[in-house]
Amino acid sequence: MRTTRIGGAVAAMSALALLAACSTDASLDDPSVTESAEDPGAEEGAEGEGEGEADGEADESDSDEWFVQADYDTQDEQRSATFEGDPATPWLQYIDGEMTDTSEFASEGAKKVCFANASISNPWRQTGWITMNEQLGVLQESGVISEMETRDAQDDDNTQIADIDYFIAEGNCDAFVISPNSTAAITPAVERACDTGLPVVVFDRGVDTDCATTFIHPIGGYAWGIDTAEFLSENLSEGDKVVALRILPGVDVLEHRWAAAERIFEENGIEAVDYFTGADPAEIKNILSDELATGEVQGVWMDAGDGAVAAIEAFEDAGQDYPVMTGEDEMSFLRKWEDTGLTGLAPVYSNFQWRTPLLAVEMIFAGEEVPTEWVLPQVPITEDERADFLAANEGMPDGHYAKFGGEDLPGYPQTWQDRVIP
Amino acid sequence: MTAATPTTDTAPRPDLPWHQGGAAGRALRALRTPGGAVFVLVAVLLVAVIAANPNFGEPGSLIRFIGRTAPVAIAAMGQYFVIVSGEFDLSMAAVVSMQVVIAGNFIGQEEARIIPGLLLMLALGALVGIVNGLATTILKVPSFIVTLGTMLALSGLVFYLTGGAATGNPVDTFRQIGRGGIRDVPVLEIIPYPAIILLVLAVAAVWLMRRPFGRTLVAVGDNPEAVRLSGSATWWLKTRAFILSSLAATVAGIILVGYAGVHPSVGQGYEFTAITAVVIGGVVLGGGRGWVLSAAAGAFALELLFTLLNFVGVASTWRDTVQGVIIIVAVAAGARAWAAGQRRQTRSTPQTTQQNQPTTQGDA
Repeated sequence: MRTTRIGGAVAAMSALALLAACSTDASLDDPSVTESAEDPGAEEGAEGEGEGEADGEADESDSDEWFVQADYDTQDEQRSATFEGDPATPWLQYIDGEMTDTSEFASEGAKKVCFANASISNPWRQTGWITMNEQLGVLQESGVISEMETRDAQDDDNTQIADIDYFIAEGNCDAFVISPNSTAAITPAVERACDTGLPVVVFDRGVDTDCATTFIHPIGGYAWGIDTAEFLSENLSEGDKVVALRILPGVDVLEHRWAAAERIFEENGIEAVDYFTGADPAEIKNILSDELATGEVQGVWMDAGDGAVAAIEAFEDAGQDYPVMTGEDEMSFLRKWEDTGLTGLAPVYSNFQWRTPLLAVEMIFAGEEVPTEWVLPQVPITEDERADFLAANEGMPDGHYAKFGGEDLPGYPQTWQDRVIP
Repeated sequence: MTAATPTTDTAPRPDLPWHQGGAAGRALRALRTPGGAVFVLVAVLLVAVIAANPNFGEPGSLIRFIGRTAPVAIAAMGQYFVIVSGEFDLSMAAVVSMQVVIAGNFIGQEEARIIPGLLLMLALGALVGIVNGLATTILKVPSFIVTLGTMLALSGLVFYLTGGAATGNPVDTFRQIGRGGIRDVPVLEIIPYPAIILLVLAVAAVWLMRRPFGRTLVAVGDNPEAVRLSGSATWWLKTRAFILSSLAATVAGIILVGYAGVHPSVGQGYEFTAITAVVIGGVVLGGGRGWVLSAAAGAFALELLFTLLNFVGVASTWRDTVQGVIIIVAVAAGARAWAAGQRRQTRSTPQTTQQNQPTTQGDA
């Protein structure tokens, strides 16, 4: 009798779970949800600025909702676009397009920058944050920036809105740098910052307004999805199975990565099943163990490389052949990739973009024009280039990102090796 | 109940109700308590999972499943000691993360450091437990707050030590504890070391709960005042429970760093998973009732439920929701079931109520 009661309870809670899930999936200010979302960075990527106002708000239940053909096509073209500027300094490269005239901001003297950061809660953001601080040191040395006041919103929209309003009211700022936590929620605060008439630099994730002086980001999520899914499709045959490991639903740049990849898998007759892992390696291992128990898996696709090593180990533990796999330019994956000799690709969500905002501030106060939408290169690391990147980043911790772009900064390599968060 | 226990009518001096009806009768009655029903739940879920995916039923898959559930089950048994004494331990996940990072940074690639590393981890685990216990019992800060504080302090410490990412995985020999096993076993293929560790710890936990320590611990959760008046040092009892909990988290961490590797998210949510497992196991929040093995079974029920949801294609994003609902439902159902059980026994065999003290139910 007690048993049936508990059985009923399980049924009841499953039903409740179904109901409750509908109201929880958009909870962006839940730290546990956003925490692992950060890595890939740019919510809204290219779309936020371009035209994609609508898709930011879209229902997240179906990947179709996350797929905008025009944005897909734009990013597909941008993958092979010509970038202006010196390839040796990719963080200053951009795709030719509309420029913002900044002559009104031209002025002498060191300026105070106010930085509203979404968070430093994952390895990708931490690496970028270290690089940004090194860049700051250089600009302070040269008298461009007097100081940078930073507020960390710790993955919370409300905190970030308060941070931006604080900067506007009493920050005594000369320029704003904003790395938005989420698209829709932060938009009004960014607009208020724009209303002050001071330069506003938005980078990484986007917002639903084009009031910023410049919006800096790598190409975007679709480009990632195309690069990775095409690689897997080329290296697998029709009917092969790919397990897609995704961090979490509802973050648009991640959804774009998967929306693009899913389509390409479908076109090529590759069977793809996707799971959400929260980037937890134990979870990743459980999922792959279960998959390997039910049948063969020929490929692994990831929407962010964190946890890639655990995925590879699952194949080792099960005594199966290595899959064809795409991870990210995180050192842990590059190293494991080399050790195992598997067929792989490391897509890149250009971490060097963390240098660009402060350099943009320098250009703005010099009165030089800046791209209104500053699209940075986003080039995957192939097997042929892997050895070079491993050598260049020798001694860096596993959470470091190969394309961090700080090799010419004074603290290199010690600062990144020690990885002391500023 | 009277039908199943005719001895009460004839015997001049009735047995304790818990000893009535022989071994089979006792087992049957046990299954009707929340602490016993969880084993039925595990069996039902197992059948459901195998129905959804027959491959899961192969011995090799099953033993691997036991291996990977071992850290959760061990954490749940640790949490059991604290909960049954009437407290909470929210610092478990932070302890797991801390141990994972220590394994990565201290042991690193040097095999010679494995033993010192293990000792260091156990010592630190015990230390966290002592701090939690003393702050709760001597300083009289509610354990909910104390362990929340320890959790935050440890998380900050881990972040400071690692900059968010450990230098790398510890040496493979050390990781074998969580990743390896005894190979070439007939039928099973492999017996994962975590499964063996779980078995050993479960036996130790049962033994401990049958010792005076275990029995007084349950009593302290039920009625701390009575235990204090009887002359036991409640502060030391509860502190030991916190130490056991932190040590369980440490063992879970050692296994997890082998199984999954070093990552800041390893161990995340473990405190709530452990608490959920404990309440599914029918252990009453607030203390005084429940069996330690039921807590471990609760962990298996939870993991089986998640595996089932996975196999039938429910997105894992619902995990947290399911877990939250389970906590509420299980606590509500458990409390009602224990209360109902008491009422029924009171009605049918009034002469034995005085023996039906909660302490007698906390013996395994």
